[in-house]
Amino acid sequence: MVNVHVYITLKEGVLDPQGKAVEHSLSSLGYEGVEEVSVGKWIQLKVKDGEGLETRIEAMCEQLLANPVIENYTYKVEREATV
Amino acid sequence: MKAAVIVFPGSNCDTDMFHAVKDFTAAEVVEFVPHTANSVADYDAIFIPGGFSYGDYLRTGAIARFAPVMKSVSKEAAKGKTIVGVCNGFQILQEAGLLPGAMKRNKDLKFICRTVGLKIENHNTRFTSEYAKGDVLQVPIAHGEGNFECDDEALQKLHDNNQIVFTYVNDVNGSKSQIAGIQNEEGNVLGMMPHPERAMEAWLGSEDGRQLFTSVYRHWREMNVVTN
Repeated sequence: MVNVHVYITLKEGVLDPQGKAVEHSLSSLGYEGVEEVSVGKWIQLKVKDGEGLETRIEAMCEQLLANPVIENYTYKVEREATV
Repeated sequence: MKAAVIVFPGSNCDTDMFHAVKDFTAAEVVEFVPHTANSVADYDAIFIPGGFSYGDYLRTGAIARFAPVMKSVSKEAAKGKTIVGVCNGFQILQEAGLLPGAMKRNKDLKFICRTVGLKIENHNTRFTSEYAKGDVLQVPIAHGEGNFECDDEALQKLHDNNQIVFTYVNDVNGSKSQIAGIQNEEGNVLGMMPHPERAMEAWLGSEDGRQLFTSVYRHWREMNVVTN
């Protein structure tokens, strides 16, 4: 099994109401120089390793985990170090 | 007319929807149909009510669209049957790809529960034939994620094909073009965020939702009842 981390964010150009609220909040707390805050999701899965792993992950993202109409996804596969 | 009201785990407007159809149309049959049903082929009109199906987990409507009943709903939609999704029902229809666009969090991040002005943009539909163009209705909304989003191309298509059926009189949630309700290109699938089924009695605040149901019934009657 491998650990898969899926990150989901709103597509570029899609106004992100949550990101905007966080950005305003940071600025009112006095943090300067913060721009383009976006809020998304992180989903962690354990997936059986093997052939077609990436294709399987992408299919899961396209079909369920992300909504391709407004969201982008990226993922990272983490293999445990073998001895 | 035989009407189905689909019930998912977490639907909470199903009873209101049932009564709106039963009390304000002459449908011979109105039935609740569970999310586990394999077929809705026996029904002429299918209503998907609001609520929080599957707890709105992942995204609103994202899990419900894979419920067994939705396969049949898609099939019947392709045959031209009347499908009405309200609130969470609209979100489910978008996730299922039966209607374009997607919903984001409301622009002010608040769950909004109040009656708003709703403008009829297109009355030449099977859902709004008993209204007049430009009519302004008072209909409650109750949603946290009703901020309609789609790309420019999809938006242009909605305008060009007169698929925008309802708009908000004021910008309540950030929706593009103040869209409150749209139909598909073929004109048999409607999704709307406001709740017409909660606007059926003056003593409950508004009865402006009634004509949506009488329009649906009228369409069915015109298509199916031969009169001399």
